[in-house]
Amino acid sequence: MDAAVRELSYAQAIQEAMAIAMDMDERVFLMGEDIGVYGGAFQVTGDLVERYGADRVIDTPISELGGAGVAVGAAVTGMRPIFEFQFSDFATLGMEQIVNQAAKMRFMLGGEVSVPLVMRFPAGSGTGAAAQHSQSLEAWLGHVPGLKVIQPATPHDAKGMLLAAVADPDPVMIFEHKLLYKMKGHVPEGHYTVPIGKAEIRREGRDLTIVATSIMVQKALDAAAALEGEGIDIEVVDLRTIRPIDRQTVIDSVKKTSRLLCVYEAVKTLGIGAEVSAMVAESEAFDYLDAPIVRLGGAETPIPYNPDLEKATVPQVPGIIAAARDLVKGVR
Amino acid sequence: MTGARKAVIDSRANLPFVYRQYSPEQLRQVLHKMYLIRRFEEGAEECYTRGLIHGTMHLSIGQEASAMGICMPLAEDDQITSTHRGHGHCIAKGAEVSRMFAEFFGKTTGYCKGRGGSMHIADVAKGNLGANGIVAGGIPIAVGAALSSKMMKTGKVVVSFFGDGANNEGAFHEALNMAAVWKLPVIFVCENNGYGMSTSTARSTAVKNIAERAAAYSMPGVIVNGNIFSEVAEASFKAVERARAGEGPTLIESKTYRHRGHSKSDRNRYRTKEEIEDWMANRDPITLFENELRDFGFIDDKGIEAIRDAVAREIADGIEFAKASPAPEIATLENYVYTEHA
Ligand SMILES: Cc1ncc(C[n+]2csc(CCOP(=O)(O)OP(=O)(O)O)c2C)c(N)n1
Ligand SMILES: [Mg+2]
Repeated sequence: MDAAVRELSYAQAIQEAMAIAMDMDERVFLMGEDIGVYGGAFQVTGDLVERYGADRVIDTPISELGGAGVAVGAAVTGMRPIFEFQFSDFATLGMEQIVNQAAKMRFMLGGEVSVPLVMRFPAGSGTGAAAQHSQSLEAWLGHVPGLKVIQPATPHDAKGMLLAAVADPDPVMIFEHKLLYKMKGHVPEGHYTVPIGKAEIRREGRDLTIVATSIMVQKALDAAAALEGEGIDIEVVDLRTIRPIDRQTVIDSVKKTSRLLCVYEAVKTLGIGAEVSAMVAESEAFDYLDAPIVRLGGAETPIPYNPDLEKATVPQVPGIIAAARDLVKGVR
Repeated sequence: MTGARKAVIDSRANLPFVYRQYSPEQLRQVLHKMYLIRRFEEGAEECYTRGLIHGTMHLSIGQEASAMGICMPLAEDDQITSTHRGHGHCIAKGAEVSRMFAEFFGKTTGYCKGRGGSMHIADVAKGNLGANGIVAGGIPIAVGAALSSKMMKTGKVVVSFFGDGANNEGAFHEALNMAAVWKLPVIFVCENNGYGMSTSTARSTAVKNIAERAAAYSMPGVIVNGNIFSEVAEASFKAVERARAGEGPTLIESKTYRHRGHSKSDRNRYRTKEEIEDWMANRDPITLFENELRDFGFIDDKGIEAIRDAVAREIADGIEFAKASPAPEIATLENYVYTEHA
């Protein structure tokens, strides 16, 4: 097969990254619920247990707090765990170890230790799994100094950022939107990394900057394509990392387009959109703005079960198109 | 009634617990409800396969005697907390299948007005405080409900259903300890079906029997065959008596088996076909109970047929009700997040 066009799904890309990480470094191992013979709830670990054995692909009991803590303890003493939460919602059970321990241990001990830990969180709505299996909690962790928080939006980045995370000496939290797992895209063979802390311009444009995260990147691109015919030229910035955030790429883009729309799935208020907006408002880009900054985020509700309500809870392409058009046409 | 059958009933003293404790009519009702649970789940599964229901679901097919046995001695206002595998608990506690179907179809007439779906099925009016998407999430809530019962002197007993997988969550251990220290009227029911998703108890749990955990919290730990209705009901009856008498909690381990996969996406790679077939063919709880009822002369084939027919009608009517019910308006998206002010 032509290496340049090799396509993998997002889930396969993550699996390949974990295999490469385990091949390269025997300290790397996987922990999580049903990641062995079951292959993971979303088949991300797949058959890795057959290839690497149950000692390196460890099924934990249903013990998120303890499991997360064991991963922290192993990381701080020389191993390189990759810990899978079965759903990102269960981060709430592991929060103590993530927030109080993993994030702060190096700091509290005056730099005497590092916590080279990777945690993976299948996140987001759209599967009909209702309020406790559909949340987007990345901003919670993004609020914690000591953690790095990433949201790869493509198979290519999923692999490259996971490999960057494994190489990182500090705890990296990876939020993977469940609806992206089946998304196919070009993924190079072998080892490569995509830097943490660097946004990517997915599409260049003059009229409006859309800063999007995770699954909203593709939706923003779809909206931009639809508006092309109306002569509206949109730039789409894939934030990729929410901590540490790439201020410069966003600010430079807004200086160019003079308009900003933030699109993300998590609940709108007190979220990543507020941070991006404030970042721009505090910067020299403020003087370039021709319109108010607009945020499109999740409704102020838990995710409902009913499929139509569920869809209405988070930004969809038509809503992004309408908001972008209004912004550019000066309706708002 | 034939002379032989009368003789059997007259010698009820030698029969298992439920045949001494409950009337023949009550026991036929139990069989009816076990069928209702089974057919409800089969109906839901079929609707899911046909794309009428979205999301996922966790079926308790094979565990009906456990749900029914535990709920048998409960009063209508006693309460339960349930699990992701909670359809049986819901029906056993008195829910109507029509409103359960409506919930699965995401309709406003559903028990959660279409917001919860299978994983959050509840019937608060009948004392079911809800299924739960979080493993072990309902256990401390049951303890809280039992604390209310004690503080408000309502006399209510609370049952917390959970699976074997839940016994490794911190919430389980913290909850059992508080319940024991405060002598609360709560019954912890571990439905041990051998696996938490793909992980067998042997691989996940340090003790052989989960009932052994009770010793650490100074409460009785009882093991029952969860596929034998009478055994489960008897253990529950005793635990309810103890709770009502103010003597504190009990942990019941009900050993059972789920015939279906964990959820709709399970490929059953962690267990053998033979194992599944053995449980289905030889230890099906409905078959076991039905045979017992027939052997003891509590029902005949015609009576069984009548129950099956009635259940089939209830299921068909329930699905029709769900289909005909209205879907929620998008404008109501943010309803029920907070308490409405009149
Ligand atoms: C806190 C938490 N961790 C993991 C899950 C995912 N999950 C749902 S059910 C389940 C298995 C539960 O096993 P068990 O308690 O034995 O109940 P069963 O499914 O066998 O009825 C898992 C891992 C969850 N819902 N909540
Ligand atoms: Mg189980």
